[in-house]
Amino acid sequence: MFIGYFTERPYQDPSSGYFGATGRDLTDLGMSNASYDPRLGAELYNRYLDEKVYAEEMGFDGLMLNEHHSTPFCMGGVMNVEAAILARITKKAKIVLLGNVLPIWDDPLWLAEELAEIDMISRGRLVTGWVRGTGRESVAHNAQPPFNWERFQEAHDFVVAAWTRPGPFRWEGEHYNYRYVNPWSRPYQQPHPPIWIPGVMSRNTVAWAAKHRYPYVMLATELEPTRQSYQYYDDQAKENGYESGTQNRGYLFKVHVDETEELAEAAARKYIQGPSNPFLEGNQGNVRPFIQNLPGLTSRTNLLPTVQSFALAASRGRLKEHEAATGKKAEAATASADKQDAADFLGTFTDQINKMSIITGTPKTVIPKVRHVLEYLRPGSIFFWDGDGAMTHEDSMRSLRLMGEEVIPAVREMGKSLDLSSPFEVDPRTNQPVA
Amino acid sequence: MAAATESFTDQAIEVAGLKVRVMQGGRGSPVVVLHHSTGGPGWIPLFERLSAQHTVVAPDMPGYGQSERPEWAREPRDLAILMNAAIDRLGLTGVTLVGLGFGGFVAAEMATMNPSRLKALVLVGAPGLQPEEGEIADQMMVDYEDYVKAGFRDEAAYTAVFGETAAQDIKTLWDFSREMTARLTWKPYMFNRRLAPLLKEVRTPTLIVWGEKDAVVPPACGRQYKRALPNARLEVVAGAGHLVELEEADRVAKLIAAHAAQA
Repeated sequence: MFIGYFTERPYQDPSSGYFGATGRDLTDLGMSNASYDPRLGAELYNRYLDEKVYAEEMGFDGLMLNEHHSTPFCMGGVMNVEAAILARITKKAKIVLLGNVLPIWDDPLWLAEELAEIDMISRGRLVTGWVRGTGRESVAHNAQPPFNWERFQEAHDFVVAAWTRPGPFRWEGEHYNYRYVNPWSRPYQQPHPPIWIPGVMSRNTVAWAAKHRYPYVMLATELEPTRQSYQYYDDQAKENGYESGTQNRGYLFKVHVDETEELAEAAARKYIQGPSNPFLEGNQGNVRPFIQNLPGLTSRTNLLPTVQSFALAASRGRLKEHEAATGKKAEAATASADKQDAADFLGTFTDQINKMSIITGTPKTVIPKVRHVLEYLRPGSIFFWDGDGAMTHEDSMRSLRLMGEEVIPAVREMGKSLDLSSPFEVDPRTNQPVA
Repeated sequence: MAAATESFTDQAIEVAGLKVRVMQGGRGSPVVVLHHSTGGPGWIPLFERLSAQHTVVAPDMPGYGQSERPEWAREPRDLAILMNAAIDRLGLTGVTLVGLGFGGFVAAEMATMNPSRLKALVLVGAPGLQPEEGEIADQMMVDYEDYVKAGFRDEAAYTAVFGETAAQDIKTLWDFSREMTARLTWKPYMFNRRLAPLLKEVRTPTLIVWGEKDAVVPPACGRQYKRALPNARLEVVAGAGHLVELEEADRVAKLIAAHAAQA
C-alpha cells in the first residue's frame, strides 16, 4: 500500500471577492489576475510546502502535486518548481507529479532535463505522471486542442527516449523536431523514473496506460465509475497479454480527519467553498463548458462513465455519447434532466458525504469508510486529498497530525490484510515483487 | 436551411485522395462560393439568387461538412491548394471566386497561387490579415451558437435565419466545423502574415464586401485588403453584420453578379 497526500494549493484571498459567497462572479477563465497579491502568494506557497514537509513527518509515502493554469483553484502553474524544492527539503517521501501537461510543451527536451534534475536532487524519489490537461491549459498556453492527443503521445515517447537513449540523436517527429538530443542530465532512477497516469475521462488514455503498463490514478471520481474504469484497464491489460493488479490502480479521494465530528464537518464543508476546482461537484464556481471541452480536445465517443463525462456531454449536446459511455439513459438531461446524473453533477455537500465523495470525521469514523473504499476498489496506491477550497493551515495541520497518529497506521494494516500491493512492492512492468 | 426550391445537384469528387462534396446549380459562367469557418449550411438564398445567371458551385471545403478531413492540413493555405485542385478537377475556367468569411481567407490564398483560373474575386468579411484596428473575434472562447449570433446585426436577424435556436443538425455542423478550424488557424488566429505581401501580385478584379456592423472581422480588414490588392474596390453594406450574405442575400447577389459581369 502506498499512501500519498495531495492538495490543489488554492489561492486563498478573502479580500479578492473570489472567496466565499461575495457575489463576485466565479467563472473559470473569467477572473482577472489584477486581483492577485504576490505577497499573499508568497505566504501560501510557503504554507503548502510546509504542509508537505509535515505530511512526510506524519508518515505519508508520497507528496502529490498537480498543475493548472490561469486559475485560482490551483497555484501549481509551475509544479516542477515546487517539486524541485521538495526534492531538496524532504528526505524519504516520493514526489509524485500527476502530472505534467505534455501537449502544452513546445519543447519537451526542457521538461526531460527538469525532471532528470529533480530526480537527481531527490536521489531517485521522483514519480512522474503525464496528463493531457483541460481546455484551460490548452487555452492558457495556446496549444492546439485537435492535436492534444497526438502531442501527448509523441512528447511522451520523446521524453522517454531523451532519458534512455544514449545521445546525441535526432528526432524528426510529427509535432517535435530536434537536431541534437543529448541532455547533459540523466535520471537518477534507471532506466527512468516511474510513470503513473492520472485521469478522469478518456478511455483512450486508460487504454494507452494499460498498454504501457503504467499505473492509472483515478482523480476523485465516484466509486462505481472508478471501478468500471479499473475494469476497462484490466480488460486492456489482458488484450496486451498480462494480468493487471492492485499495483496498476491508484485512487485520489477527499479525506479530512479532525478532533471532533463537529470540527470535521465544519472543515470538510470548506472543500466546496472558496476557489475550489469549479469542475468538481458542488462548489461555488461556474464552468465555461465550451472552453473546457475545446474542439478536438477529447474524442466524442471515448469518454469514461464519470460525472465529468456527463458535464462534457451535456455541455455540447452530446448526450447520446454520454449514454453510450455510461449505458444509462440521460434523456433531456439539460432541461428536465436525468435526475441521477444532474444530482451527481450538482451534488450538495450532504450528497457528497452520503456517496463518499467526501470522507470526513474523527479517525474512528473515517477509518471504516476508507476501508470500504479500499475493499470496493482495491487500489495499491491512494492519495488523501485534503486542505483544499477554503480550508486553513490549521485545518490541514490538525488533519495531517491525526492521519499520522491514527489513520495511516490503520490503513497500512488494511493494505496488508487486503493484499493491496503498490508499484513499489510489485513492479507493474514485470508483476514481480520489488527487491 | 435549404431553400424551398432545391435546384441543385450534389456530387462527390476526389481531390488528393479525399472525397469532396460539391453542390452545384444554375446556368451561366461559374461562381464558386467558399463557406464560413462554421461550415456550409446548405443551398442558401444567396445561391438561389445567383443561380439565375450563373452556375453556382458550392463545395464543402475538405474537413468541413461532408468532405473528408485532410489530417495533414495545418493552415488555410493547405485548403487553398486543395480548392484550386478541386476547381481544376471540375474543369472550371473563368471562375468568379466568392469567399464568405473564413472562405474569403482561403479564396485570397488561392488567388495568390495561380490567378489564371479566376475571372473575378469577391471577398466577403474575410479574415486573413492582422487587423490594424480591433481584433478578429475568437470563436474558440465562446459557445458556438453565441459565435454565430455575433455574426448578425442583431438577435432578430439571427432568429429570422435560424429560428429561436438553430436545428440540431446545424449545431452539429458548427461543432464539427470548429474542430477543423482549430486545426487550421488556431495560432495566429484567422490571419497569415505571409498573405499580405503576396496580394500585391493578384491583379484579378476584386470586390470586397463588408457589413458595416461586422463584429467578427473588423471593417479595418476590408480597407487593408483594398490597399493590398492592386485591382480592388470596397463595398460596405450599411447596417449589416458579418453574415451579410444571410442578412442581405439580394443585395450581395446583385453586387456579385454586377462584379462578375464587369470583370
